[in-house]
Amino acid sequence: MDELRNRAKELFEKGEIDIFIGYEQGTRNPRPIFVGNAEDTQKLVFNDKCTGNLAVYLTRKDLVKGKRVGISASYYALKSIVQLFVENQLKEENLKIFGLANDGKIEALNSLDEIKHYIKDTPPPPKLEDDELIKQIDAMSSAERWAFWSDELSKCFKCYACRAACPMCYCTKCIVEVNRPQWIQPWASTLGNMEWQINRVMHMAGRCSDCGSCSTACPIGIPIHLLTHKMSETVKANFGDPSDKGNVLSTFKPEDKESFIL
Amino acid sequence: MEKKYISHNSLMNWLTKLNDEGSQIYAPVAKGDKTDYKQITSVEEISMDHIQTTQSAKAVAFPRTEKLFSYKKENGDVTLQNFETTSIPETVVFGIHPCDAAGFKPLSGIFNWDTPDLPFNERMKRTTLIAVSCTQCDEFCFCTSVNGSPGNTAGSDILLTPVKDGYLAEIITEKGENLADKHSTFFEADPNINKEEYLAKVPVQFSLEELNKKISNMFESPVWKQQSERCLGCGACAYVCPTCACFDIQEDAHGSSGNRLRCWDACGFSLFTMHTSGHNPREVQSQRWRQRLLHKFSYMPERISVRGCTGCGRCSRACPVDMNIAEHLTEIASL
Ligand code: SF4
Ligand code: SF4
Ligand code: SF4
Ligand code: SF4
Repeated sequence: MDELRNRAKELFEKGEIDIFIGYEQGTRNPRPIFVGNAEDTQKLVFNDKCTGNLAVYLTRKDLVKGKRVGISASYYALKSIVQLFVENQLKEENLKIFGLANDGKIEALNSLDEIKHYIKDTPPPPKLEDDELIKQIDAMSSAERWAFWSDELSKCFKCYACRAACPMCYCTKCIVEVNRPQWIQPWASTLGNMEWQINRVMHMAGRCSDCGSCSTACPIGIPIHLLTHKMSETVKANFGDPSDKGNVLSTFKPEDKESFIL
Repeated sequence: MEKKYISHNSLMNWLTKLNDEGSQIYAPVAKGDKTDYKQITSVEEISMDHIQTTQSAKAVAFPRTEKLFSYKKENGDVTLQNFETTSIPETVVFGIHPCDAAGFKPLSGIFNWDTPDLPFNERMKRTTLIAVSCTQCDEFCFCTSVNGSPGNTAGSDILLTPVKDGYLAEIITEKGENLADKHSTFFEADPNINKEEYLAKVPVQFSLEELNKKISNMFESPVWKQQSERCLGCGACAYVCPTCACFDIQEDAHGSSGNRLRCWDACGFSLFTMHTSGHNPREVQSQRWRQRLLHKFSYMPERISVRGCTGCGRCSRACPVDMNIAEHLTEIASL
């Protein structure tokens, strides 16, 4: 912890960053903090409880535009950062990134390549509860699955916290806000809620880092991250690892399968 | 106010009877680690182990989607079908905590500020609130900092306080009396006990007086920017809040007929104040966060004489980035 504080402090003292996006101790768990000077770096914490995906702030223009940013990034935040680079949303020279190595040490990741290596070499943090729920859902018949998701999504009240918490949802105008024509029912109803989630998930194809922040943010506790998780698996099975093949959503390849099109 | 005693069994039998007689009953139902109000068909479904339900009970009077009227165009004539009041059933909300019961007053203030709102008022007329005092709390609760308390009677029609094997029942309003009188045999004599002994101890986190003194003159303060930096503008806080009443009007149009709908909205959303011209008077999140707190603690008290926060702590529990409202208010009160 001290190491991160010192590294961040040094960056401020050398004038290499304008803000540092990290975690501080919160009410129950660590929460995001924006540090603006060397002194406040002493509030920083960074451990395996720091799971909120901080990459979400890197595309918030009102917070970071024109600024040189330091950031402490969890495993999944790093995956999101890679994807944001691929989508031309970040500039390497404006970022100082720190990850947490396997032995708990702070690791400076100075280039996109270094982050990619880190992700390759680091096992993803386990998600035991998710694995359990996925097993249960996989074992369901399609009718049971429909009933499960209908029940879950009937509770959605369309606050869009799932969207706000996701680093990949950086559009300035989301499809749910386009009203000429209105693509998606803006009011809450089971079918309209499903339309919303299906759209959200489809837009994540090959982009989702599987961080789970969408579902952690959902105040109702709907496990919507399992939808994006499943989508990632489907994309991988059909189009290969997105990091090798470019963006599945925007890259056409003659050998792309079309068998999933109904 | 009349005081009585009701045993746990009698309470359950009373609710069952009310349900059998046609009242719809909303009560806390647990699923996984979340508890929320649901319309129940059997008292077996009720769970009272939670500290706070995820959502407030406001949807009983202010549903997340409300059909205000419908219309039909035929050969140039338009027929309007106004909000249908007769279809609203008698409703009993059981098991809300005092901070939620108190939340209906600010809601009512907003919905009666100018033109009395028909759907809200009609729903409230048919709703009776049976609240249960809190015997436990967590670090997010701060009712005692905003003039509430875990045994506060304000807003409830009946307040039950859990005492040995049963409840002290305080019958507060005429509506409550009518409900209790329907089956008076379930109730017993006033147990004559000191209710305070059974209540949760909720520490006061900030001085309301200091907060009131400061917050109305803080429009230009740098504190809004500093506090709101991590806020994602997601709206979760507003959707779970018992007093937040922002709404959006939508059209559910099907050719020449359709419905006008009122849907929940949130002042934390970037599009909430967007004008058709493209101009947005609340351009950045700090302005929206300021609006949230000033609306609750300055504008509402000044204009409709009721605070827009009952200290339930739901917004803090729901916030994905731990924007702990009590912590922020404490900071403001001590500026
Ligand atoms: S969709 Fe959910 S799991 Fe995927 S990157 Fe966004 S927040 Fe993370
Ligand atoms: S966060 Fe949950 S309740 Fe809110 S829109 Fe997303 S799925 Fe619906
Ligand atoms: S729930 Fe938290 S992050 Fe979301 S709008 Fe409210 S304060 Fe901001
Ligand atoms: S602002 Fe927060 S604490 Fe206050 S009533 Fe609303 S949800 Fe509860």
